[in-house]
Amino acid sequence: MDALDLPLIWSGLIAVAVMLYVCLDGFDLGIGILTAFARSDTERNMMTATIEPFWDGNETWLVLGGGGLFAAFPLAYAIIMPAFYLPILVMLAALIFRGVAFEFRHKAVREPTRRFWNGAFAYGSLVAAFSQGIILGGYIQGMTVEGRDFAGSAFDWFTPFSILVGLSLVVGYVLLGVGWLILKTEGDLQDFARKWGRRSLIGVVIGMAMVSLATLSIDPKVTQHWGISMSAIDMSKAVFLLPIPLISGALMFWLWRDLKTKPRYDWRPYLLSVGIFATGFAGLAVSLFPYLVPFQVDIWDAAARDNALAFLLVGAVVMLPTILLYTAYVHKLFWGKVKEGDGYHG
Amino acid sequence: MDFDALLLSRLQFAFVIAFHILFPAFTIGLAAFLAVCEGMWLKTGKEVYKRLYLHWVKIFALAFAMGVVSGVVMSYQFGTNWAKFADMTGDVLGPLLGYEVLTAFFLEATFLGVMLFGWKRVGKGLHFASTCIVAAGTSVSAFWILSANSWMQTPQGFAVDENGRFYATDWMEVIFNPSFPSRYVHMMLAAFITTAAVILAAGAWQTLRKHDQKPTRLQMRMAIGTLLVLMPMQIVAGHWSGEVAHHHQPAKIAAMEGWWETKSHQDTILFAIPDETTRTNKFEVAIPGLGNKVMGLPDEEVIKGLNDFEGEHPPVFIVFWAFRIMVGAGLGILVLAIWGAVKWRRKTLDKPGLFHWLAVPAGSLGFIAVITGWIVAEVGRQPFTVYGHLRTADSLSPVTTGQVATSLLVFIIVYAIIFTAGVIYMMRIATSGFNDKPAAPVKDGRRAPGSPLGAVTDMAEPENKPVKDRSE
Ligand code: HDD
Ligand code: HEM
Ligand code: HEM
Repeated sequence: MDALDLPLIWSGLIAVAVMLYVCLDGFDLGIGILTAFARSDTERNMMTATIEPFWDGNETWLVLGGGGLFAAFPLAYAIIMPAFYLPILVMLAALIFRGVAFEFRHKAVREPTRRFWNGAFAYGSLVAAFSQGIILGGYIQGMTVEGRDFAGSAFDWFTPFSILVGLSLVVGYVLLGVGWLILKTEGDLQDFARKWGRRSLIGVVIGMAMVSLATLSIDPKVTQHWGISMSAIDMSKAVFLLPIPLISGALMFWLWRDLKTKPRYDWRPYLLSVGIFATGFAGLAVSLFPYLVPFQVDIWDAAARDNALAFLLVGAVVMLPTILLYTAYVHKLFWGKVKEGDGYHG
Repeated sequence: MDFDALLLSRLQFAFVIAFHILFPAFTIGLAAFLAVCEGMWLKTGKEVYKRLYLHWVKIFALAFAMGVVSGVVMSYQFGTNWAKFADMTGDVLGPLLGYEVLTAFFLEATFLGVMLFGWKRVGKGLHFASTCIVAAGTSVSAFWILSANSWMQTPQGFAVDENGRFYATDWMEVIFNPSFPSRYVHMMLAAFITTAAVILAAGAWQTLRKHDQKPTRLQMRMAIGTLLVLMPMQIVAGHWSGEVAHHHQPAKIAAMEGWWETKSHQDTILFAIPDETTRTNKFEVAIPGLGNKVMGLPDEEVIKGLNDFEGEHPPVFIVFWAFRIMVGAGLGILVLAIWGAVKWRRKTLDKPGLFHWLAVPAGSLGFIAVITGWIVAEVGRQPFTVYGHLRTADSLSPVTTGQVATSLLVFIIVYAIIFTAGVIYMMRIATSGFNDKPAAPVKDGRRAPGSPLGAVTDMAEPENKPVKDRSE
């Protein structure tokens, strides 16, 4: 295994897991948020029916993200988790409420409890999304480290920047949810989704622009990566990286047109919103690489021993494609629109 | 290091894991039960098995959801509260947990969707396969997490580097560490027993309420049969666990048994209040000289007592009493199973009576034994997290007392709410009995299309070719 740079491979794998998490759980959290605006019980139930068979599998990517970090980069895990103790707590509490609400909503018989679980579902989704954004924002900003420990204080993550990222992630998830609804529903509900799609897309454009600019100012290393400095722009770097924001802009424009008119292909809005997320993710990766704890601990310092990385890599190489295959298979089984009054008819 | 954050973190960990384990203990067993029911339905074509399946799958969906959300909490605890532990042990335990996610969690979570919502979508064979995959996933998940836990109890196959961090030298030795086989067997049996006790309790309740029907009667018999076979096996497995612990964690055994002095011919203590300040047992009731025999050791063998582990042994009172409650709960279940079997032979099992009144509360005995069993294992491991190598006090995160107090409070409140609601909903289904007539599909729009309940009510008339009903 000497020839392989295992920490590098693992950082790639974890990045993929996080990206998959965002694209998958993103749409069901987004739909969860949108249920707050549902115009009737029937509509709310149709919305949840589009995600009920999938949410658990989606959320498992979050477990892989956390578990993978523990396995492959224990030092980063040990620094990052305590640094975000409170936002992680809030995220977990929100995920608990919305997770059980999937089931409990249908079991409650009295009106007030039914409303309570509907609320738990919508607000749980909202709070989970927002706290994930807060964590991401705080993470990009970096944290205080001494030796092998987090050495900052409990509220270091609480900054205007992290709140900005939190809000952006919320609208971003709503956009993904809209994409999924367009794919899975038709008629009235699809129109409703497109309306919210346009609103959230505006939010995403503003959010991404602001977050990108703010990120550039966080650490000189970021601007260096992008080939930008106070006085000049290093074209040799920027030329390679410029396509990222350009592609992002093009995808946004395309998505806007799809949301204005009824899209020709129902799957396209979802894929376009995934594309927008992917460009954002790529931009972030360029800004932070090779740091795992931004600007302090790089992936090689944080990595577990090669024998641990190699041992788990064997499993990942076999299992990840298998997981993707059977996940795709299950999506195929449930392919098609959800309709009122019956289960999943093709 | 702040002692209060340490104590609160320990309380929090004990609380969230004890809450979590309630659901795996039930879903591991219930998934297997559902697989058996569906398999029997497909094999025999008897409608009664299908009705059992459709009834219990609703409860399964609830319990599974609660297991998942409380499990996600667990996977973050190691980092948020035990960051030092995570840093020190990550190179060994991380891959085991990673394998759990890759081989078990995705499998369960993905095919659960097919199991709950695919009844009308997919063919019978594929649906049955999904149920079996979910059941297999739960056992694989238990395999990895128990391997990780057992390594912390009886570590081997590792070395320690200059920073005090553990790393594996032999993965097979790490995974199949000395206490893993017995712990895996003991825990899987515990899950099956817990579930069978619940199924029996629900059946007994329906009998008392005179709601009982064909599936009720079948479910009670299946539960009694299961308990009758598994409970004696559990005693053997428990004894095996005890032997392993005696070998590797003698202080734990001394605490379980309440043995202070090192001597041969130890006693078997039935009742006592162990007191660590005087280092004696108060109000002791014991059978002299039986202790060595119970441990499977010759009478002459000298067994170390707690006094030889002073400062290095776990809190005696908790371990001593948790052990007795676990064994007592197990014996209670065994007695009930035998009684039930006798009534079954005498054909009086379906007449409401004292047996049924006792069987209802006994539905909780499995859970009680599981929790107290884990307390024996985990408190008995103190003062270490990695036995003999890493102390609990050196495992903590750099977090403040205020943070941990907040999180503990939040978990208590959140879990109290979802536990109350979840138990009410599960009980409502479990005690509701079986409608003889399949309910008409609900069309009022309150139930989501494809929701478990919607799906399950629809399930009463599956679209795929009905099996000929030869039973009714
Ligand atoms: C003996 C079995 C057992 C034990 C000791 C544990 N678990 Fe567990 N866990 C399961 C058996 C299980 C399961 C049977 O696989 C679950 C429970 C119910 C369920 O829904 O899946 C599950 C769910 C579950 C999930 C959600 C999986 C998903 O998304 O589908 C996570 C992240 C964890 N667990 C993590 C943990 C951690 C970190 C533990 C220890 C500290 C732990 N579990 C103890
Ligand atoms: C599932 C059933 C389990 C239960 C009910 C349980 C129970 C407990 C209890 C009561 C404690 C507190 C002991 C004390 O501080 O005196 C504890 C601690 C701990 N357990 Fe477990 N445990 C379980 C499984 C596991 C597993 C599977 C792991 C790891 C893979 C684990 C790792 C730990 C750790 C790291 C601590 C914290 C340190 C400590 O307080 O001792 N436990 N557990
Ligand atoms: C009746 C005889 C029983 C005996 C002699 C027995 C013995 C033991 C022993 C010695 C341990 C500690 C193992 C260790 O720390 O290494 C243990 C743990 C445990 N017991 Fe039991 N037990 C019995 C019954 C039960 C029953 C009926 C259940 C549940 C239905 C149960 C569930 C557990 C669990 C979940 C653990 C913790 C996991 C483990 O360490 O294996 N036990 N038992």
